[in-house]
Amino acid sequence: MASELEFEPPYLFPDYRATELRAPQQQLVKLPREWFHQARGPVFGRIPVRQEDADLTTQHAGAPLGERIIITGRVTDSGGRAVRNTLIEVWQANAAGRYIDPVDDHPAPLDPNFTGAGRCLTDDEGVYRFVTVKPGAYPWRNHANAWRPAHVHFSLFGPSLGSRLVTQMYFAGDPLIPHDPILNSIPDERGRSLLMARFDLDTTIPEWALGYRWDIVLRGGGATPMEQG
Amino acid sequence: MTPTPSQTIGPFFGFALPFADDATAVPSGSTDTLRIEGQVLDGAGDPMPDALLEISENEQFARCRTDAEGAFHFIVHKPDEAFFNVTVFARGLLRHLNTRMYLPGQEDAVLSSVDPKRRHTLVAQLEGESLRFDVRLQGPDETVFFAID
Repeated sequence: MASELEFEPPYLFPDYRATELRAPQQQLVKLPREWFHQARGPVFGRIPVRQEDADLTTQHAGAPLGERIIITGRVTDSGGRAVRNTLIEVWQANAAGRYIDPVDDHPAPLDPNFTGAGRCLTDDEGVYRFVTVKPGAYPWRNHANAWRPAHVHFSLFGPSLGSRLVTQMYFAGDPLIPHDPILNSIPDERGRSLLMARFDLDTTIPEWALGYRWDIVLRGGGATPMEQG
Repeated sequence: MTPTPSQTIGPFFGFALPFADDATAVPSGSTDTLRIEGQVLDGAGDPMPDALLEISENEQFARCRTDAEGAFHFIVHKPDEAFFNVTVFARGLLRHLNTRMYLPGQEDAVLSSVDPKRRHTLVAQLEGESLRFDVRLQGPDETVFFAID
Protein backbone atom coordinates (compact mmCIF):
# COMPACT_ATOMS: atom_id res chain seq x y z
CA MET A 1 0.00 0.00 0.00
CA ALA A 2 1.77 3.11 -1.20
CA SER A 3 -0.78 5.20 0.67
CA GLU A 4 0.86 4.40 4.00
CA LEU A 5 4.12 5.87 2.81
CA GLU A 6 2.56 9.21 1.90
CA PHE A 7 2.46 9.84 5.62
CA GLU A 8 6.15 9.11 6.07
CA PRO A 9 8.89 11.73 5.67
CA PRO A 10 11.22 11.38 2.67
CA TYR A 11 14.88 10.65 3.29
CA LEU A 12 15.96 13.84 1.54
CA PHE A 13 14.33 16.99 2.87
CA PRO A 14 16.66 19.95 2.20
CA ASP A 15 14.92 22.24 4.73
CA TYR A 16 16.35 19.83 7.31
CA ARG A 17 19.95 20.33 6.28
CA ALA A 18 21.42 17.24 7.89
CA THR A 19 19.51 15.09 5.39
CA GLU A 20 21.61 16.34 2.47
CA LEU A 21 24.68 14.22 3.12
CA ARG A 22 22.82 11.40 4.81
CA ALA A 23 19.81 10.56 2.64
CA PRO A 24 20.62 7.55 0.46
CA GLN A 25 20.82 8.51 -3.21
CA GLN A 26 20.21 5.06 -4.63
CA GLN A 27 16.74 3.62 -4.79
CA LEU A 28 16.09 1.43 -1.77
CA VAL A 29 15.87 -2.22 -2.80
CA LYS A 30 12.32 -3.41 -2.33
CA LEU A 31 11.78 -6.58 -0.40
CA PRO A 32 8.29 -7.98 0.00
CA ARG A 33 6.45 -6.62 3.03
CA GLU A 34 5.99 -10.22 4.19
CA TRP A 35 9.73 -10.40 4.55
CA PHE A 36 9.81 -7.52 7.01
CA HIS A 37 6.68 -8.53 8.83
CA GLN A 38 7.60 -12.17 9.20
CA ALA A 39 11.20 -11.49 10.07
CA ARG A 40 11.23 -11.56 13.82
CA GLY A 41 12.08 -8.25 15.43
CA PRO A 42 15.06 -7.76 17.72
CA VAL A 43 14.89 -9.65 20.99
CA PHE A 44 15.06 -6.63 23.26
CA GLY A 45 14.93 -8.53 26.55
CA ARG A 46 18.53 -7.57 27.39
CA ILE A 47 17.48 -3.94 27.79
CA PRO A 48 16.63 -3.62 31.47
CA VAL A 49 13.15 -2.28 32.30
CA ARG A 50 12.14 -1.61 35.89
CA GLN A 51 8.68 -0.49 37.00
CA GLU A 52 10.09 2.84 38.19
CA ASP A 53 11.65 3.61 34.79
CA ALA A 54 8.24 4.84 33.60
CA ASP A 55 8.32 7.77 36.04
CA LEU A 56 10.92 10.34 34.98
CA THR A 57 10.08 12.58 37.95
CA THR A 58 11.28 10.20 40.68
CA GLN A 59 14.76 9.23 39.47
CA HIS A 60 16.60 11.66 41.77
CA ALA A 61 16.51 12.96 45.34
CA GLY A 62 14.08 15.77 44.55
CA ALA A 63 11.33 16.55 42.09
CA PRO A 64 12.31 18.12 38.76
CA LEU A 65 11.25 21.64 37.85
CA GLY A 66 8.53 22.08 35.27
CA GLU A 67 4.98 21.15 34.50
CA ARG A 68 4.34 17.57 35.64
CA ILE A 69 2.55 15.60 32.91
CA ILE A 70 1.28 12.10 32.19
CA ILE A 71 1.66 10.75 28.66
CA THR A 72 -0.40 7.67 27.94
CA GLY A 73 -1.88 5.87 24.99
CA ARG A 74 -2.36 2.56 23.25
CA VAL A 75 0.02 0.81 20.87
CA THR A 76 -1.66 -1.17 18.11
CA ASP A 77 -0.67 -2.72 14.80
CA SER A 78 -2.08 -1.56 11.47
CA GLY A 79 -5.01 -3.90 11.98
CA GLY A 80 -5.93 -2.25 15.29
CA ARG A 81 -4.77 -5.12 17.46
CA ALA A 82 -3.00 -4.33 20.72
CA VAL A 83 0.78 -4.70 20.65
CA ARG A 84 1.42 -6.26 24.05
CA ASN A 85 4.55 -6.40 26.13
CA THR A 86 6.64 -4.34 23.75
CA LEU A 87 9.43 -2.05 24.87
CA ILE A 88 9.04 1.73 24.66
CA GLU A 89 12.07 3.94 25.30
CA VAL A 90 11.61 7.71 25.67
CA TRP A 91 14.04 10.60 26.00
CA GLN A 92 13.59 14.36 26.15
CA ALA A 93 14.93 17.76 27.17
CA ASN A 94 14.17 19.14 30.62
CA ALA A 95 11.61 21.90 31.24
CA ALA A 96 14.20 24.52 30.30
CA GLY A 97 14.85 22.91 26.91
CA ARG A 98 18.20 21.35 27.83
CA TYR A 99 19.20 17.71 27.35
CA ILE A 100 21.51 16.14 29.89
CA ASP A 101 23.41 14.68 26.92
CA PRO A 102 26.97 16.08 26.74
CA VAL A 103 26.44 16.83 23.05
CA ASP A 104 23.89 19.53 23.98
CA ASP A 105 25.54 22.92 24.46
CA HIS A 106 22.38 25.05 24.67
CA PRO A 107 23.00 27.52 27.52
CA ALA A 108 19.86 26.64 29.46
CA PRO A 109 20.17 25.13 32.94
CA LEU A 110 20.43 21.43 33.64
CA ASP A 111 18.11 20.16 36.35
CA PRO A 112 19.91 18.01 38.95
CA ASN A 113 16.61 16.21 39.52
CA PHE A 114 15.93 15.29 35.91
CA THR A 115 17.66 12.91 33.51
CA GLY A 116 14.97 12.72 30.87
CA ALA A 117 15.12 9.04 29.91
CA GLY A 118 12.48 6.40 30.59
CA ARG A 119 11.34 2.91 29.59
CA CYS A 120 8.25 0.80 29.94
CA LEU A 121 6.52 -2.24 28.48
CA THR A 122 3.02 -2.06 27.06
CA ASP A 123 0.39 -4.00 29.04
CA ASP A 124 -2.07 -6.63 27.80
CA GLU A 125 -4.19 -3.94 26.13
CA GLY A 126 -1.16 -2.35 24.47
CA VAL A 127 -1.33 0.60 26.88
CA TYR A 128 1.73 2.54 28.03
CA ARG A 129 2.03 5.36 30.56
CA PHE A 130 4.86 7.72 31.46
CA VAL A 131 5.04 10.43 34.12
CA THR A 132 7.44 13.25 33.26
CA VAL A 133 7.68 17.02 32.96
CA LYS A 134 6.78 18.91 29.83
CA PRO A 135 9.98 19.43 27.81
CA GLY A 136 10.98 22.96 26.83
CA ALA A 137 11.59 24.21 23.31
CA TYR A 138 15.22 24.73 22.36
CA PRO A 139 17.22 26.40 19.58
CA TRP A 140 19.22 24.53 16.96
CA ARG A 141 21.47 25.66 14.16
CA ASN A 142 19.58 24.33 11.15
CA HIS A 143 18.64 27.81 9.94
CA ALA A 144 18.40 31.37 11.31
CA ASN A 145 16.37 31.56 14.53
CA ALA A 146 15.51 27.87 14.42
CA TRP A 147 13.72 26.38 17.44
CA ARG A 148 12.46 22.86 17.94
CA PRO A 149 8.91 22.61 19.26
CA ALA A 150 8.57 20.75 22.55
CA HIS A 151 8.81 17.03 21.86
CA VAL A 152 9.47 13.65 23.41
CA HIS A 153 11.46 11.03 21.49
CA PHE A 154 9.91 7.54 21.36
CA SER A 155 11.50 4.25 20.32
CA LEU A 156 9.36 1.11 19.91
CA PHE A 157 10.13 -2.43 18.80
CA GLY A 158 6.90 -4.34 18.13
CA PRO A 159 6.95 -7.96 17.02
CA SER A 160 8.73 -7.80 13.68
CA LEU A 161 11.58 -6.10 11.89
CA GLY A 162 9.02 -4.02 10.00
CA SER A 163 7.37 -2.71 13.16
CA ARG A 164 10.48 -0.96 14.52
CA LEU A 165 9.72 2.74 15.02
CA VAL A 166 11.70 5.74 16.23
CA THR A 167 9.73 8.97 16.20
CA GLN A 168 8.90 12.14 18.12
CA MET A 169 5.72 13.13 19.92
CA TYR A 170 4.66 16.79 19.83
CA PHE A 171 2.08 18.80 21.77
CA ALA A 172 -0.92 19.88 19.68
CA GLY A 173 -1.17 23.65 19.46
CA ASP A 174 2.55 24.37 20.01
CA PRO A 175 3.22 27.65 18.14
CA LEU A 176 6.58 26.37 16.86
CA ILE A 177 5.00 23.47 14.96
CA PRO A 178 4.51 25.31 11.62
CA HIS A 179 8.18 26.36 11.66
CA ASP A 180 9.79 22.97 12.32
CA PRO A 181 11.35 21.31 9.25
CA ILE A 182 11.71 17.94 10.98
CA LEU A 183 7.98 17.63 11.62
CA ASN A 184 7.07 19.32 8.33
CA SER A 185 9.15 16.83 6.38
CA ILE A 186 5.97 14.74 6.63
CA PRO A 187 4.15 16.00 3.54
CA ASP A 188 0.58 15.44 4.61
CA GLU A 189 -1.16 17.23 7.48
CA ARG A 190 -2.92 13.98 8.37
CA GLY A 191 0.47 12.36 8.84
CA ARG A 192 1.74 15.21 11.01
CA SER A 193 -1.40 15.07 13.14
CA LEU A 194 -0.55 11.46 14.02
CA LEU A 195 2.42 12.78 16.02
CA MET A 196 0.36 15.16 18.17
CA ALA A 197 -0.40 14.39 21.79
CA ARG A 198 -3.75 15.86 22.84
CA PHE A 199 -4.51 17.32 26.23
CA ASP A 200 -6.98 15.05 27.99
CA LEU A 201 -8.89 16.08 31.07
CA ASP A 202 -9.78 12.47 31.90
CA THR A 203 -6.09 11.55 32.06
CA THR A 204 -5.34 14.65 34.13
CA ILE A 205 -5.01 13.97 37.86
CA PRO A 206 -6.51 16.78 39.95
CA GLU A 207 -3.96 18.87 41.83
CA TRP A 208 -1.10 16.72 40.56
CA ALA A 209 -0.44 16.38 36.79
CA LEU A 210 -1.81 17.33 33.37
CA GLY A 211 -2.72 14.42 31.12
CA TYR A 212 -1.90 13.91 27.44
CA ARG A 213 -2.99 11.08 25.19
CA TRP A 214 -1.03 9.77 22.25
CA ASP A 215 -1.79 6.49 20.47
CA ILE A 216 0.83 4.76 18.35
CA VAL A 217 0.31 2.46 15.34
CA LEU A 218 3.13 0.11 14.39
CA ARG A 219 3.49 -1.16 10.84
CA GLY A 220 2.32 -4.72 10.26
CA GLY A 221 -0.60 -6.94 11.12
CA GLY A 222 -2.87 -5.39 8.52
CA ALA A 223 -4.11 -8.10 6.22
CA THR A 224 -2.74 -11.33 7.60
CA PRO A 225 -2.47 -12.27 11.25
CA MET A 226 1.11 -12.29 12.44
CA GLU A 227 2.90 -13.96 15.25
CA GLN A 228 3.02 -12.07 18.49
CA GLY A 229 6.59 -11.66 19.63
CA MET B 1 -4.91 2.14 10.56
CA THR B 2 -2.12 4.39 9.33
CA PRO B 3 1.23 3.60 10.93
CA THR B 4 2.64 6.42 13.05
CA PRO B 5 5.20 8.29 10.93
CA SER B 6 8.90 8.14 11.67
CA GLN B 7 11.08 11.05 12.84
CA THR B 8 14.83 11.29 13.25
CA ILE B 9 16.50 9.89 16.35
CA GLY B 10 18.19 13.32 16.60
CA PRO B 11 21.62 14.03 18.10
CA PHE B 12 20.80 13.64 21.81
CA PHE B 13 19.98 9.94 22.30
CA GLY B 14 23.37 9.03 23.73
CA PHE B 15 22.31 9.42 27.37
CA ALA B 16 19.20 7.33 26.91
CA LEU B 17 19.50 4.44 24.47
CA PRO B 18 22.87 2.83 25.23
CA PHE B 19 22.71 0.17 27.99
CA ALA B 20 25.26 -2.01 29.77
CA ASP B 21 27.20 -4.28 27.38
CA ASP B 22 24.83 -3.23 24.61
CA ALA B 23 27.25 -4.05 21.81
CA THR B 24 27.71 -7.64 23.01
CA ALA B 25 25.02 -9.97 21.72
CA VAL B 26 26.38 -13.04 23.53
CA PRO B 27 26.43 -13.93 27.25
CA SER B 28 29.63 -12.95 29.08
CA GLY B 29 32.30 -15.66 29.00
CA SER B 30 31.08 -16.97 25.65
CA THR B 31 33.60 -18.61 23.39
CA ASP B 32 33.67 -18.76 19.60
CA THR B 33 32.65 -15.14 19.35
CA LEU B 34 33.09 -12.89 16.35
CA ARG B 35 34.05 -9.24 16.55
CA ILE B 36 32.53 -6.94 13.95
CA GLU B 37 33.99 -3.48 13.44
CA GLY B 38 33.06 -0.70 11.09
CA GLN B 39 32.36 2.94 10.50
CA VAL B 40 29.29 4.87 9.46
CA LEU B 41 30.14 7.45 6.78
CA ASP B 42 28.15 10.28 5.19
CA GLY B 43 28.10 11.52 1.61
CA ALA B 44 31.28 13.55 2.11
CA GLY B 45 33.03 10.43 3.36
CA ASP B 46 33.09 11.89 6.85
CA PRO B 47 32.53 9.64 9.85
CA MET B 48 29.17 10.06 11.57
CA PRO B 49 29.63 10.33 15.34
CA ASP B 50 25.88 10.45 15.99
CA ALA B 51 24.54 7.21 14.56
CA LEU B 52 23.06 4.22 16.36
CA LEU B 53 23.21 0.73 14.92
CA GLU B 54 21.25 -2.32 15.93
CA ILE B 55 21.93 -5.84 14.73
CA SER B 56 19.73 -8.84 15.23
CA GLU B 57 19.53 -12.49 14.26
CA ASN B 58 17.31 -15.04 16.05
CA GLU B 59 18.19 -14.72 19.75
CA GLN B 60 20.99 -12.25 19.17
CA PHE B 61 20.45 -8.51 19.57
CA ALA B 62 22.98 -5.74 20.09
CA ARG B 63 23.07 -1.99 19.87
CA CYS B 64 26.04 0.36 19.42
CA ARG B 65 26.29 4.11 19.25
CA THR B 66 29.08 5.32 16.98
CA ASP B 67 32.02 7.10 18.60
CA ALA B 68 33.80 10.32 17.58
CA GLU B 69 35.35 8.45 14.61
CA GLY B 70 32.00 7.13 13.47
CA ALA B 71 33.16 3.69 14.58
CA PHE B 72 31.08 0.88 16.04
CA HIS B 73 31.73 -2.70 17.07
CA PHE B 74 29.72 -5.77 17.97
CA ILE B 75 30.54 -9.06 19.67
CA VAL B 76 28.37 -11.86 18.32
CA HIS B 77 28.14 -15.57 17.67
CA LYS B 78 28.22 -16.75 14.09
CA PRO B 79 24.60 -16.39 12.92
CA ASP B 80 22.45 -19.43 12.14
CA GLU B 81 21.56 -17.73 8.89
CA ALA B 82 23.88 -16.13 6.35
CA PHE B 83 23.47 -12.61 7.70
CA PHE B 84 22.59 -10.21 10.49
CA ASN B 85 19.80 -7.66 10.13
CA VAL B 86 21.26 -4.19 10.58
CA THR B 87 19.19 -1.11 11.41
CA VAL B 88 20.74 2.35 11.11
CA PHE B 89 19.49 5.42 12.97
CA ALA B 90 21.11 8.87 12.90
CA ARG B 91 20.61 12.58 13.11
CA GLY B 92 19.59 13.58 9.60
CA LEU B 93 17.84 10.26 8.91
CA LEU B 94 14.14 11.03 9.05
CA ARG B 95 13.47 7.30 8.76
CA HIS B 96 15.78 4.52 9.82
CA LEU B 97 17.50 2.34 7.26
CA ASN B 98 17.38 -1.45 7.01
CA THR B 99 20.26 -3.42 5.62
CA ARG B 100 21.96 -6.79 6.09
CA MET B 101 25.48 -7.80 6.92
CA TYR B 102 26.39 -11.10 5.25
CA LEU B 103 29.28 -13.18 6.44
CA PRO B 104 32.09 -13.67 3.93
CA GLY B 105 31.32 -16.48 1.52
CA GLN B 106 27.64 -16.65 2.48
CA GLU B 107 24.90 -16.10 -0.04
CA ASP B 108 21.13 -16.38 -0.20
CA ALA B 109 18.26 -15.45 -2.52
CA VAL B 110 18.13 -11.85 -1.32
CA LEU B 111 21.86 -11.27 -1.77
CA SER B 112 21.85 -12.83 -5.24
CA SER B 113 18.93 -10.63 -6.24
CA VAL B 114 20.97 -7.48 -5.57
CA ASP B 115 22.78 -5.71 -8.43
CA PRO B 116 26.17 -7.52 -8.62
CA LYS B 117 27.97 -4.16 -8.69
CA ARG B 118 26.51 -3.23 -5.30
CA ARG B 119 26.47 -6.65 -3.65
CA HIS B 120 29.84 -6.15 -1.96
CA THR B 121 28.36 -3.41 0.24
CA LEU B 122 26.38 -6.09 2.07
CA VAL B 123 29.27 -8.45 2.77
CA ALA B 124 31.62 -8.15 5.74
CA GLN B 125 35.33 -8.63 5.06
CA LEU B 126 37.70 -10.62 7.22
CA GLU B 127 40.35 -8.28 8.58
CA GLY B 128 42.79 -10.04 10.91
CA GLU B 129 40.69 -11.59 13.66
CA SER B 130 37.69 -9.32 13.05
CA LEU B 131 35.03 -8.76 10.46
CA ARG B 132 34.92 -5.32 8.85
CA PHE B 133 31.59 -3.83 7.76
CA ASP B 134 31.24 -0.14 6.88
CA VAL B 135 27.94 1.62 6.29
CA ARG B 136 28.01 4.35 3.63
CA LEU B 137 24.89 6.45 3.33
CA GLN B 138 25.87 7.96 -0.03
CA GLY B 139 28.57 7.80 -2.68
CA PRO B 140 29.87 5.24 -5.19
CA ASP B 141 29.88 2.49 -2.57
CA GLU B 142 26.57 3.46 -0.99
CA THR B 143 25.33 0.56 1.11
CA VAL B 144 22.33 -1.29 -0.26
CA PHE B 145 19.32 -0.49 1.95
CA PHE B 146 16.07 -2.40 1.86
CA ALA B 147 12.55 -0.98 1.74
CA ILE B 148 9.15 -2.38 2.49
CA ASP B 149 7.26 -2.31 -0.83
